[in-house]
Amino acid sequence: MTLDQARTLIAERFPGAQAAGDSPMVVTVPADVWVPFARFAKETLGCWFFSFLTAVDWKEEGLEVVAKIDNVDEKLSLLVKTRLGPGVSACPSLTGVYRGADWMERECYDMFGIRFEGHPDLRRILLGDDWEGHPLLKSYPVDAPHPPFR
Amino acid sequence: MSTIAPSTRVELDYTGSERLTMNMGPQHPSAHGVFRAILTLEGEQVVGIDAVIGYLHRCHEKLAETLTYAQYPSIASKTDYVAAMTSEFAYVRAAAMIGKIEVPKRAQYLRVIAAELQRVASHLLWLGTWCLDMGGALGGGATVFLYCIREREFILDLFESLVGARLLYGFYQVGGVRYDLPPGWAEQCRETVDFIDRRIGEYERMLEDNPFFLVRTQGVGVISRELAQGVGISGPLVRGSGVNYDIRRTEPYSSYEDFDFRVPVETGGDCYARYRVRMVEFRESLKIVRQALDRLPEGPISSRPGLKSVAQIRIPKGEAYARVEGARGEVGCYLIADGSAKPYRMKWRGASFSNLAILPHIIPGHKVADVVAIMGSVDPVFGEVDR
Amino acid sequence: MMEWLTPLIVPFIVLNAILGIVTYVTLLERKFAARMQSRVGPYRVGPHGLLQPIADAIKLMMKEDVVPTAADRPVYNLAPIVFLIPCMLIFATIPFAPGLGVADLNIGILFFLAVSAMEIVGLFMAGWGSNNKYALLSAMRAVNQVISYDLPFIFAALVPVLLAGSLRLSEIAVAQAGLWFVFYPVIGQLAFVAFIVSTVAAENRAPFDILEAESELVAGFRVEYSGMKFAIIQLGEYAHVVGASFLGALLFLGAWAGPGPEWLGPVWFLVKAMFVFLLVTWVRWSFVRIRVDQILALSWKALLPATLVLLIATAVVVVWRGTPGV
Repeated sequence: MTLDQARTLIAERFPGAQAAGDSPMVVTVPADVWVPFARFAKETLGCWFFSFLTAVDWKEEGLEVVAKIDNVDEKLSLLVKTRLGPGVSACPSLTGVYRGADWMERECYDMFGIRFEGHPDLRRILLGDDWEGHPLLKSYPVDAPHPPFR
Repeated sequence: MSTIAPSTRVELDYTGSERLTMNMGPQHPSAHGVFRAILTLEGEQVVGIDAVIGYLHRCHEKLAETLTYAQYPSIASKTDYVAAMTSEFAYVRAAAMIGKIEVPKRAQYLRVIAAELQRVASHLLWLGTWCLDMGGALGGGATVFLYCIREREFILDLFESLVGARLLYGFYQVGGVRYDLPPGWAEQCRETVDFIDRRIGEYERMLEDNPFFLVRTQGVGVISRELAQGVGISGPLVRGSGVNYDIRRTEPYSSYEDFDFRVPVETGGDCYARYRVRMVEFRESLKIVRQALDRLPEGPISSRPGLKSVAQIRIPKGEAYARVEGARGEVGCYLIADGSAKPYRMKWRGASFSNLAILPHIIPGHKVADVVAIMGSVDPVFGEVDR
Repeated sequence: MMEWLTPLIVPFIVLNAILGIVTYVTLLERKFAARMQSRVGPYRVGPHGLLQPIADAIKLMMKEDVVPTAADRPVYNLAPIVFLIPCMLIFATIPFAPGLGVADLNIGILFFLAVSAMEIVGLFMAGWGSNNKYALLSAMRAVNQVISYDLPFIFAALVPVLLAGSLRLSEIAVAQAGLWFVFYPVIGQLAFVAFIVSTVAAENRAPFDILEAESELVAGFRVEYSGMKFAIIQLGEYAHVVGASFLGALLFLGAWAGPGPEWLGPVWFLVKAMFVFLLVTWVRWSFVRIRVDQILALSWKALLPATLVLLIATAVVVVWRGTPGV
């Protein structure tokens, strides 16, 4: 599958999605088609390799969830993004599509406080269970002591 | 359609159950760092595992937001301290991709030489510690371990004369490498490469003619092709499960397209297949080093020669995802620059983190002794898992 | 007039000699392993590290004795002693030279095998009393393994008994005056190999050291022991291995037979025992540990039937050709 074919398919199936660039192709989708798009990418575009999932805190503009998926055999590489919108910290979970999303979403929850709806076991993964706050948010200062202080 | 594995959280049941909950780690001889596996046992059989990580979390992603593009690469090596060159490589590649900074050919070759030697050093440590896991520090494993450490020392000596450091290097720079080869280094490197090549044959004979090694590895910890593709494991793990995925091939970077090498793929999916993949990778890496030394072009080693000050790199607004094939798989760096001297956001895609996520899927059903064998074959480095 | 003192003096000498040998066997093993791994081994304490075992012993004596709060104290404290006693007692029946031994029982080998299997009681007490999950798992493995491997061990040891036609260890030794049993065609070699394998397993040495298994069970049954109690357990283990090595040298390698004057007999015996010990050590430092189910399968499916067949074959040969030694 060539890049153009993929781009056409995406435009056909997901009118709300914008695709730009080619390596990786950056696809921005609305949050409500996050999971359907991932399923489409896996089943139709053949992107089986789940590289990573993370988020970016764009301060006032809210959080953005980013996932990188690849079709290794046909060298098609997608960087899928969705804006959650200001103040929103809930996102559908990709665990039903990609098993590899399990730990990645837990890490993302740990660092950004994004609640992935439908995740089977959403709890902190890197930080302690009693940690307060989500460190990778821009509102989390690096130089102030945070509880639990240790 | 893949389904998610059943919850890995362990339910404690003390009411007349025959099950035993056992903690392995975080301080355990074969935890490979600080890994805690809460095992649920029925006799010797493992029926459940909850993997607890994060003991080595050092906030690398937050830290990167406070350090400039010139400062961070030497810290990046602290993520995967066993293959420190790899993570530096990913970071400087990402920064150069955003800034559209060209890297001179000689620097590209030097990067390849360092990266491949690092892969050999990392695999040597893997082989040693893995045998240590299976054979014990007071048994045959220790013998293999000491042999491997002896060979790794030669590579560390090479790095020491190249960079001045033995563990954490700071060799890669945005736009090139920091040091050129010292006089006589190339000859020393060739000798070391030949020497290690011979020794690898010795290990192969020693291990593969050993029936105990075979019964411990063959058919143990099988990762099916479907599972491997679903979880997003990479590197020798996924190649051991019959998937031909090597970034050096699928997305050649730093002149890897110039070199002639083979990507080993095994279809077994068990510990032995992963072992075979790595043993072939040893040889292929040494082959790449030889080729790179033979064809090493003359020229500058950095597109920004003479720049030392940390504030002088200006990266324009933009984002990039750079990945390199590390010893453990895809090491990626997702970088968002906002035009200032420091990145706006940096995400490490640690190969070990994704690879380790396979454990809850494959360990249940094995014996306690297999847990350490499987974990060793996954080759996690906890600096990279926890970052 | 001093007749009544002999039963006291001889065991005293033997016990101390054994303790000395066992202590220095650790140095021998460490040096041997170091050579295998292209290292030097202990080198700093005394010339060529010769005083290392003594330094180790002093260090262990000065260590704090930690008892876990939740341990079953009587069982925990008693376990090292219960473990050590059978390990030292096995030397009682071994004749180190003609007439030089603590007790030359007419059922010497039976006594040896029976007492040698008793160590499991101490092992299990240690594993149970520590109140530690690693230790408990290790104790369960130990019982499994000892039950599985004592049978092939006994069967392999019975082959020389049949060949010599006596259970008395000194008579087995004398019976080899013409031909060491290891050189007895086919049967001797097979029995010797089976004996070495089952010795390694029955003494819980690597690659069969699943109950120690420091990479899985940390240190198994002795994970909670420290200081002198740990030292006693170590001593017991090495004593057991050395005892089995002496038995191997006696059953297969002709005991004290060797060139030179007669007083060199004990020296030859020691050299042969150390040879057996190094064989066991060689195996230890070259193989990776195998899994508990594979160990049991190896014993019940391969070693036990094989030694049984070997024993029957030996019996047939003896009936057919008569005992070679007598």
